[in-house]
Amino acid sequence: MAYEPVIGVEVHAQLRTQTKLFCGCPTSFGLPPNTLVCPVCLGLPGSLPVLNQRAVEMAVRTGLALNCELTLASQFSRKNYFYPDLPKGYQISQYDLPICGPGWLDISVKGKTKRVRITRAHLEEDAGKSVHEEGAEGSQVDLNRTGTPLLEIVTEPDLHSSDEVDAYLKALRDLLVYLDVCDGNMEQGSFRCEPNVSLRPQGQEKLGTKVELKNINSFRFAKDALEYEMSRQAELLSEGGVVVQETRQWDVQKGQTAVMRSKEGAHDYRYFPDPDLLPITLDSEWIEELRATIPELPSTRLQRFTQEYELSEYDATILTDSKGVADYFEACVKLFPNPKTVSNWVTGELLRELNAAGTSAEDSPVSPERLAELLQLVDAGTVSLKGARELFPELYASEIAPEQLVKDKGMVQVSDEGQLSGVIADVLANHSAQVEQYRGGKEAVLGFLVGQVMKASKGTANPGKVNELLRQALTP
Amino acid sequence: MALFKLTLKELQEKFTGGEVTAGEIARAYLLRVSQVEPSIKAYISVTTKEVLLGKAQGIDVGLKAWRKTEPLMAMPIGIKDNICTKGMRTTCGSRMLDNFVPPYDATVMNKLNAQKPLIIGKTNLDEFAMGSSTEHSAFGPSRNPWNQKHIPGGSSGGSAAAVAAEECVAALGSDTGGSIRQPAACCGVVGFKPTYGRVSRYGLVAFASSLDQIGPITKTVTDAAIMLNALVGYDPLDSTSADRDFPDFTKSAKKKDIKKLTIGVPEEYFAEGLDSEVAEKVQDAIAVLEKIGGKIQAVTLPSTARAIATYYLIATAEASSNLARYDGVKYGFRAKECKSLAEMYHSTRSHGFGPEVKRRIMLGTYALSAGYYDAYYAKAQAVRTMIQRDFDEVFKEVDLLVSPVMPTPAFQLGERLEDPLQM
Repeated sequence: MAYEPVIGVEVHAQLRTQTKLFCGCPTSFGLPPNTLVCPVCLGLPGSLPVLNQRAVEMAVRTGLALNCELTLASQFSRKNYFYPDLPKGYQISQYDLPICGPGWLDISVKGKTKRVRITRAHLEEDAGKSVHEEGAEGSQVDLNRTGTPLLEIVTEPDLHSSDEVDAYLKALRDLLVYLDVCDGNMEQGSFRCEPNVSLRPQGQEKLGTKVELKNINSFRFAKDALEYEMSRQAELLSEGGVVVQETRQWDVQKGQTAVMRSKEGAHDYRYFPDPDLLPITLDSEWIEELRATIPELPSTRLQRFTQEYELSEYDATILTDSKGVADYFEACVKLFPNPKTVSNWVTGELLRELNAAGTSAEDSPVSPERLAELLQLVDAGTVSLKGARELFPELYASEIAPEQLVKDKGMVQVSDEGQLSGVIADVLANHSAQVEQYRGGKEAVLGFLVGQVMKASKGTANPGKVNELLRQALTP
Repeated sequence: MALFKLTLKELQEKFTGGEVTAGEIARAYLLRVSQVEPSIKAYISVTTKEVLLGKAQGIDVGLKAWRKTEPLMAMPIGIKDNICTKGMRTTCGSRMLDNFVPPYDATVMNKLNAQKPLIIGKTNLDEFAMGSSTEHSAFGPSRNPWNQKHIPGGSSGGSAAAVAAEECVAALGSDTGGSIRQPAACCGVVGFKPTYGRVSRYGLVAFASSLDQIGPITKTVTDAAIMLNALVGYDPLDSTSADRDFPDFTKSAKKKDIKKLTIGVPEEYFAEGLDSEVAEKVQDAIAVLEKIGGKIQAVTLPSTARAIATYYLIATAEASSNLARYDGVKYGFRAKECKSLAEMYHSTRSHGFGPEVKRRIMLGTYALSAGYYDAYYAKAQAVRTMIQRDFDEVFKEVDLLVSPVMPTPAFQLGERLEDPLQM
C-alpha cells in the first residue's frame, strides 16, 4: 500500500541577544563551564527573573515576518520537571498564551511555491548542559547556556516529504538570519529542529500515529532521519504492525532512529502561569515600530534579483540563499555594474572557495571591493578572463591587490599592437603552409594560428586582439 | 531605662541626639540577647560579638566624617531567615539549606544596609515559612516571651518573639497567608503586611510568589512606619514590584487623622469559632477607635468562607514549583551514598524537607496535575478574583477594616502538631 507521510516541525531558534532571557549574563558560546552565571540563572533561592526586552522584540519581528497573529497579552508559564541541568526545577516557557499565534511561511519546492502554516512561536529559556566525562564518576553540569533565549516555532502538519522539510528548514533559517534574530548555526545548536512524522494510507484523511525525532543537528541529518523513519513506519504498517507514539533519537553512526521515550513515559509538566513575571503586553504602536525594522526577506529579495538584475531564477536563488552572499553580491554590483558577470563570479569562484573553507560571505577574505577590482581588470583587458580565474584562489589566500597580483604573476595581458605584431609575424613566417590554407578559404585554420600566438606569448596575449591582428595580417 | 526597652523611634532619637553611641547600643543588645535567647530561641544565627562591635565602631567612627545619620543607623534589627544575606547563612528553617550561605543580598538588605543598622541575627521560622507556630522549624521552636509554654506564632515567629523579648528593636518578617500578622498578634507586637508589590521580593526565598511579601514587626505603629519607609520602592530586579510613588508612612501613622476615617467591621470575621476572649479584646479596640473619633461601620465580605481553601490551593501549587530547585544538585543538602540520579533526588528531598513542607508540596503538585488543574488551580484563581472584588467593593465605603488576626489566643507548643488542619 502507498502511504502518505505527514510531517510537522518544531524549531528551537536561539535568539541573538547580548544577554540571557531573564538576567544580565552574556550569551557567549564556548567559555569555561559555569563562568556565565548569576543568582538568577543559577536558580539560587530568592532570585527572580526579569524579562529581556530585546528577546521580545526579536520574537515580535519574527512573528511579523512569519505573518503570525501576535498575542497582545501573552504570558510565561512554568514547565515543571526535574533534571540536573535545569536549576530551578522548571523551565520558564509559554504555554496557553504564546507571543506569536497562527501564521505562515511560503517555501519553494522544486520550483513550486508551497504555504506552510505556522501554529505558534513562543519564547522560552534554554536549559544547561550535562557533561558525562568518559571514566569519571558521576556527571557534571555546566549552566552557562541556562537562560539563553529561545524561540520555539511550530508548524502545522503541512509537510509531506523530506524535500519539503528541507526546503522549510532552509527557508526558515534564512528568514531568521535575515532578521538578524538567530545565527542559524545548527552544529552549535542555535537552530535545532525536531520533526514529527506519521504515515497514513494514500487518500485517508485521519492522521496516523506520530513519532517525534530528536538529535538532529544538520539539514542532512533531518533528511536522513526522516527518510529512515518513514521507511521504518511504512515497513511496520505494511506488515500489519502499529506505530507507537514515542520520541526517537537519530543515531548518526548507525543511520537509524532509536526509542528515547514512549508516550507512557511522558512527563506531566504541570504548566501554570509564572507568578514571578507579568504578562507581556504589546501595543500597536510598538508593533509598527518593529515592523519598520524588518529588512527585505529572502523571497522578496529573490524576486527583486530576477527583475532588477535580470538574473535567472537559479542564480538568484543561490545568491539569496544567505543574506551574507546577497549583500556581498549587491555591494559588488554597486562597484562593477554588470550583474550577470558579478553573479557568475560570486556563484562560481567565490562560493567555491568559501564553501571549501567553510567561511561565510561576511568573512570572505576577498572583499566585494577586491572582486570588483579584479573584474575591472578583466573588463579593461589587463588580464584575460582565464587568467583571472586562475588567479582567484591566490587572491583568496593573500591580501595582495588584484592589479599587483596580476603583475607579480606576469599575467598582464598584452594588447599592445606593436608588441603583438612582432610575435604574429614570427608565427606566420613559421607556418606558411597554414597561411596558404587560410588564404585558400580554410578559415578554421585561424584558430590554430591564434593558439600558436598565444603559446609564443606564454598566454599573455589578448586573444581578441590577436584574432583581430591576425585577420588583418592574413588579409592581403 | 535600659536601652533595649526603648521603641525604635525613641532609640533613634537618642542615637541621633548623640546621647548613645552605636557601640553602647550594640553592647546593650549583645547582653540582652545573651540573657534572653537561651530560653526564647528567637534566632537561628546570631551575629558574633566581634562582628557586631566592629560594625558599631565603624558607625561611631564614620559618623564624624558623615556628619549625618540615617533613620535606621545603629538600630538593632532581626532578619527572618528566609531573606538572603550575603555571606551570612540563610537556612529558611530547613535542613535543606542548613549550610546555604547566599552570595548576594536581598534588595531589602541592600536598602537596610545602606542605612547601616546593626543586624543582630537571623530569626527562626517554620520551614520555608510554612506554618504558624515555628514548630515546623528544623532548628526547633521559638517560645512566646509572654508565656514560654506557648507558641510565638508563625511563620515569622522568631521575628515576633525577638521584638517582644526585646532582642532587637524591630525585625523583618514575611507574610504569605498571615505569617507576619499572626505571630505579631501572638506576641503582642505590631505586624504589617504591605500591599503586594510595595516591597521587593528579590532575595526573599519564595514560598508562594503571588502572595509573599516582606514587612516589619515592631513595638509600635510609628516604628512600623519608620521601617516601611526604608523597605518600600520599585525594584527593577522584581518584575512584580510596583512602580508607584509612596508617601512618608510616619506622617500617615499620626493619631489625629482618625477623625476622617471610616472603619469597617466585617461581620464574617466575627463568626462562630471566634474565641470569646479574643472577640472581647477586639470589641474593646473597636470601642477605643470609635471613642477617639473613628466612624465605625458594619460591612460584609461574602467570599470570606472560601478564602482558606483558595489560599491552600494557590500557595501550595506555587510552592510545589518554587521548592523544586532543592534537589541536591547545586547547593544545600544532598543525601549521601545514592546510586542513581533518581535516588539522589528522592533521598535528598525525603530527608531535607520536614513533614509540613512535604505535605504542601504534595498538595500543590496534585492541584497542578493534568486533569486536576481546572478543578483546583484554575478554580482557585477565579475565586481569588471574587475575594479581591469583595475588598474592592468594601474599600469604596470604608478606609480600613478591623478584625481579629486569629480566632484564638496563642496556643500551647505541641497542642496542634498532630492536626495540620487545626493549624
